[in-house]
Amino acid sequence: MTVQLDARPPVAPAPQRSPGRLSRLDTRLSPYLYIAPFFLIFGIFGAYPLAYTFWVSLHDWDLLGADHPFVGAENYTRLLADADFWHALVNTLGIFVISTVPQLLAALWLANLLNRGLRARTGWRMAILVPNVTSTAAVAIVFGVLFGREFGMINWVLDLVGLDAIQWKSNRFASWVAISAMVDWRWTGYNALILLAAMQAIPRDLYEAAAIDGANRARQFWSVTVPLLKPTIIFCAIIATIGGLQLFTEPRMFHSGTNPIRGGPLRESQTLTMYMFENAFAPHYNFGYGSAVAWLLFALIAIVAAVNVLLLRRLGGVDRPQKGAAR
Amino acid sequence: MAVFPRRRHAAVALAAATALLVTAGCGGGDEPGDGPVTLTVDVFGQFGYEQLYQEYMTANPGVKIVERGTGTNLDEYSPKLTQWLAAGRGAGDVVAIEEGLLVEYKANPANFVNLLDHGAADLKGNFLEWKWNAGLTADGKQLIGLGTDVGGIAMCYRKDLFQKAGLPTERDAVSKLWPTWPDYIATGEKFTAAKTGASFLDGATNTFNTILLQTAGNSSGYSYYDTSEKLVVDSNPAVRQAYDTTMDIIDSGLSGKYGSWSEEWVSAFKQSKFATIACPAWMTGVIEANAGTGAQGKWDIAQVPGNGGNWGGSHLAVPKQSKHQAEAIKLAKFLTSAKGQIGAFKAKGPLPSSPQALDDPAITGATNAYFSGAPVGAIFGTGAKSLKPVYMGPKNQAVRTEVENAVRTVELGQRDPAQGWTDAVTNAKKAAAK
Repeated sequence: MTVQLDARPPVAPAPQRSPGRLSRLDTRLSPYLYIAPFFLIFGIFGAYPLAYTFWVSLHDWDLLGADHPFVGAENYTRLLADADFWHALVNTLGIFVISTVPQLLAALWLANLLNRGLRARTGWRMAILVPNVTSTAAVAIVFGVLFGREFGMINWVLDLVGLDAIQWKSNRFASWVAISAMVDWRWTGYNALILLAAMQAIPRDLYEAAAIDGANRARQFWSVTVPLLKPTIIFCAIIATIGGLQLFTEPRMFHSGTNPIRGGPLRESQTLTMYMFENAFAPHYNFGYGSAVAWLLFALIAIVAAVNVLLLRRLGGVDRPQKGAAR
Repeated sequence: MAVFPRRRHAAVALAAATALLVTAGCGGGDEPGDGPVTLTVDVFGQFGYEQLYQEYMTANPGVKIVERGTGTNLDEYSPKLTQWLAAGRGAGDVVAIEEGLLVEYKANPANFVNLLDHGAADLKGNFLEWKWNAGLTADGKQLIGLGTDVGGIAMCYRKDLFQKAGLPTERDAVSKLWPTWPDYIATGEKFTAAKTGASFLDGATNTFNTILLQTAGNSSGYSYYDTSEKLVVDSNPAVRQAYDTTMDIIDSGLSGKYGSWSEEWVSAFKQSKFATIACPAWMTGVIEANAGTGAQGKWDIAQVPGNGGNWGGSHLAVPKQSKHQAEAIKLAKFLTSAKGQIGAFKAKGPLPSSPQALDDPAITGATNAYFSGAPVGAIFGTGAKSLKPVYMGPKNQAVRTEVENAVRTVELGQRDPAQGWTDAVTNAKKAAAK
């Protein structure tokens, strides 16, 4: 510990000798020092791996091999012609859409319920956040068992009501639904709380005015609440996008047995991050190819985020209360 | 106002110290201390070493042994091992390497201690010749690993379910039911007709691999790759033959479709949902762990249809990154000695690769109480010395994954056998090229 304390920054010693100069230095430099830890950590754990991954993606890089010959863009050209890559992309987007849309709708509905005068309101509000604090892996394992083909509870219930069992793990759409259920179970409450906070910021008099104009509860919700929530909804959508495009633990733990990283025998629910892992690690150990997947995923997230920002500017800007009032 | 700057200096110093602390935290290393040497052993599945560790630690008070990985399957274990080796740290001092992955690790021998430099050459006579050779690099100059077990194959079956289906239950009579795989299928059809509520076998992929290794061992001696490391998945008749036999099994509706090593597979063991499972020697330990004590005495072991075969078996290697190489080598030699192999066999059933161990009365006379007192030593050990090994090519694991997945798609009804075969060949070629 002494070693670390000795390494004092240049601005620290003897303030009484020349307070003017030092204090000016202090004003100039210390802000940078305050934020330095973030940039240091970001540099080590963010920027460096990012750049290194790009460097690796330009090589034929066997994880265990001693030589890593430079191959230029070959990994990328091969990847763009790789049907399994596009398949994984479709899976990722498919799971993203069928998880995010119901999730945000449900969150909106829950937030609206919680915004009313319920008994034990705080209790309810805390309760909907509980799924969010459970371990993802544990949730995925439990859901994996619930959606089992033969011993799963969901298929047992379907059987009770006389329906055919569903191949949750080897039917592409069914596996998307099962994984989306997992994601939604975990994140709906979180989004509901954020939307609830935004709802509470809406001035009461808007509702009073609407009520005087004869708008019923539903009309108030769609014409007052939802438009004013748009920026928050888009924020939730962006967070869901980032999480959704990087989805890994849920689909990975959903499958068990040999090579679960495949996401089913026909890659029914293999997401891009799983495809990246499959190539960079077992069974291919092709680090270069896996890194190329990582960079294309990065590009994809950047594109989707840009689209989100555009949407945010457009929708969020138009519907600000002041402008709404001016119309 | 006078206090304020000083407080800020303190804050700046704190921020800088935090940054230093964070960076320093990354460089921490585990220095070998003066206390006992701790050796980490990395395994998968059931190696049965617990008692041997105790024995070894008693004889060598300066050594403490920690084991990781018992019960994990190979698909979880091998990527971790590869990452540790690639990263240069994290691997145990002694690591188990399965035969299908050995070729890949041998291609980069610099990751491992050359056991020939540490007096291992004298041990050659302690191992079956092919098992010893499998641990050598292509040029024969480096020995990566010492053999642990071989995977002689039998057929494990549930006596209670056989009785329910009106089939013989005594192991010799059961062996006579299926001299060949078509006979096995015919027996399965009888079993299915009796409607016991259980399937005849667990799943098609394990059975496929058994048939493949048996067929390949009895013919060309290689499966997906020939000995010049050329991919022959579509031209090796052994692969096609194993595929077709497996399709017949699926067609007859014998498979319970439990994906091997999945949660459902484990549940199916517990709930007695299938009657037979292809059974390399090491599988007996897996069955016991999965089916639990409740099924003790309900299982028994018969001959495998067809003729013998070898599936699996491992080597113990010492990574170069180990900080206690000398001690680790000593431990690896102990665990792979005839005595060590007999101990492991008694605990969890992996069949020794040492001819001395195979001849030892402790093996030849061994019975397994869990499997109704089956003479496991005689069943697995008799053919072990004449086992014909199957050559595994560089991307064996990746190719096997693709072919077995194709089998699985047919089993689940997603593909017909012809489409499945096309998938198997196409995807195997793609995987081999990666």
